[in-house]
Amino acid sequence: MARIAIDPITRIEGHLRIEVQVDGGAVSDAWASATMFRGVETILKGRDPREAWAITQRFCGVCTTVHAFTSVRAVENALGITVPNNARILRNIIEGIQFVQDHVIHFYHLHALDWVDIVSALDADPAATSDLAQAISDWPKSSTDYFTAVKAKLKAYVDSGQLGPFANAYWGHAAYKLPPEANLMAVAHYLEALDWQRDVIRAHALLGSKNPHLQTYLVGGMATPIDPTSQAAINADTIAMLKGYFKTAKDFVEKVYLQDLLAIAPFYLDWAGIGAGVGNYLAYGEYPDKDGVLYFPQGYILNKDLSKVYPLDHMQITEHVAHSWYEYADEKKGLHPWQGETTPKFTGPQPPYDFLNVDGKYTWMKAPRLDEHPMEVGPLARMLVAYASGQQDVVDTVNFVLGKLGAGPEALFSTLGRTAARCIETVLLANKLDEWVNELAANIAAGDVDVHEGSKWDPENWPAEAEGYGYIEAPRGALGHWIRIKDKKIENYQAVVPSTWNCSPRDAAGQQGPYEAALVGTPIADEKKPLEVLRTIHSFDPCIACGVHLLDVNGNEINQITFDAADTMSAPLIRLRPDK
Amino acid sequence: MEPTPIQTLVLGVGNSLMSDEGFGIHVVERLVKTCQIPDEVQVLDGGTLGMDLLYYLEDAKNLLLVDAVQAGREPGYILRLEDEQVPSFLSMKVSPHQVGVPDMLAAARLRGTTPEKIVLWGVQPEKIELGLELSSTIEPLVDEVVKKVVAQLQEWGHRVDPIFTG
Repeated sequence: MARIAIDPITRIEGHLRIEVQVDGGAVSDAWASATMFRGVETILKGRDPREAWAITQRFCGVCTTVHAFTSVRAVENALGITVPNNARILRNIIEGIQFVQDHVIHFYHLHALDWVDIVSALDADPAATSDLAQAISDWPKSSTDYFTAVKAKLKAYVDSGQLGPFANAYWGHAAYKLPPEANLMAVAHYLEALDWQRDVIRAHALLGSKNPHLQTYLVGGMATPIDPTSQAAINADTIAMLKGYFKTAKDFVEKVYLQDLLAIAPFYLDWAGIGAGVGNYLAYGEYPDKDGVLYFPQGYILNKDLSKVYPLDHMQITEHVAHSWYEYADEKKGLHPWQGETTPKFTGPQPPYDFLNVDGKYTWMKAPRLDEHPMEVGPLARMLVAYASGQQDVVDTVNFVLGKLGAGPEALFSTLGRTAARCIETVLLANKLDEWVNELAANIAAGDVDVHEGSKWDPENWPAEAEGYGYIEAPRGALGHWIRIKDKKIENYQAVVPSTWNCSPRDAAGQQGPYEAALVGTPIADEKKPLEVLRTIHSFDPCIACGVHLLDVNGNEINQITFDAADTMSAPLIRLRPDK
Repeated sequence: MEPTPIQTLVLGVGNSLMSDEGFGIHVVERLVKTCQIPDEVQVLDGGTLGMDLLYYLEDAKNLLLVDAVQAGREPGYILRLEDEQVPSFLSMKVSPHQVGVPDMLAAARLRGTTPEKIVLWGVQPEKIELGLELSSTIEPLVDEVVKKVVAQLQEWGHRVDPIFTG
């Protein structure tokens, strides 16, 4: 029996640290910990609610738009504001392209490295790679010459000895199953994805007036004006450019991303039986149409039962701290976010340390619960809630993918299911983007250029006290902000982010969080190289453009630089010791 | 009219909610407030974004990074690194932004789009805790590093004039 700690896996929500107990070649227990205190909500107290979004935008390094958006929605909910139709469409578009870009980058830039052996690609035959690529897709970049060039580029890079994010990975690990040609094809698509994302995210610069931190959010609507006669506003040129970007987005998603998923998954079908997790799935729902109907429905599922979708009541959401480094008067009970408290009480070990005391408090994450159930959020939760709700586009696409893999719906409750669900929703959203642009164009053509509801902008028109919440489906899952406003200022603000649901520790009743539950039972071929753990954790898309574990921490090189390197941050990332 | 091609990117990185961690952001904000930046220079608040910044990086011949760095020195220690030192320095995980920036530079290298010149100006933070303000040790260094950034831009042949507000 051995205990393995992997630290850090991410940093944006604080460093993510995973400890697993390995017994007989498989994980027997697991603990997820965030080792950096954030508690950013306290910064918001006393501020103008209309400005909160500009601060919440900085909550998370890779999720800026969604935190801005959620904050604006929370204030609108508190003040009873309905945004104009054009603002709704613009928000769908900005959020939709964010999803599509984020998911593609997650797949190629982070998660693919868990399945694709980059070094093995150097053994590939470019002609056979070309045959493979042409057999699965009519994507034009598939010639022997093309793959020869990619292979040469990769070889030069590997020979340079500076592997960057590819260094220190587990190349050659027994759990890699793809033939060299599939690996080379994936490397080519990794490189193409970088060009592609560069092109499609220009939509944000067009609509957001400032990128990478968009400045277009506004309580009551959007700040980006629509004016067919102005070059400084959304006009016919903007519409045409958006349509171009979204065509590019859709082509790549359908001809490359989806086809790669379908080509790689058959080599890893055992992962359709690994990594299920808590079996409870929560979706806030997203992408309202003009009648308020959500394209991805809201609701939750318990115990993997797809025959029933429960309606959501946000008052059932609480956060526990029994195993979290916070203090409540009564730690046996959770608190609703409106009553939420963020009183830090660190009782963990001082670094450097080997292992956390997981019997006590062991993380800076609180433990959110819905009606006392731990819930998984994210693409899989969204697709399962939609599938169980009978959303036809989702049902059709999920069934198409399952059919290709020769699997039934039960395969979705797994690490592979999580990865497939992310691709499925990307396909669906890449299709919706063009529809939304057409809807916007039709409104403009009909003379509707309204983007802001301003009647409640002046705080003189606010009640003395108000409370509200804003939901969003972020790429990583259900995100909520809760706000209380008193005397025109923020009285309390709490954010429950997707990674808090998924990276939740145990609660007062001892129930594991989703990461923890998903790791139990995972086979471990080599305790010194816990690739399998990373597969499942990365399938959740922890809140980061991650890959930290892949970075080189070669202590020798630091001597080239003219200062001392004594720094706990360059400690070994993966520690292993026999259990006591 | 075609926009002027970007020759130089000044990229401040950091988390402005975590006091001294936001040093790079404070520097780029001060820079654009106090100086007239020519069209061929782009000044960007990169926050804690990673690969999203590749788009901007690849347009530039020169990259000037400003960041808070764990150099193992006394708070307020200012350091300058250039070219190969920068990505390998960051991959030592001494910067809190080890995730985004080296990934981005590595991707650029694999694609053959690395800027010709890379310079990093960094400062050893005093405190990295929740707060929008810099610590009293670090705040006065913003102007000092702005001056260094301006000097570097001038060395690269850009004309940078002060904005007179008086």
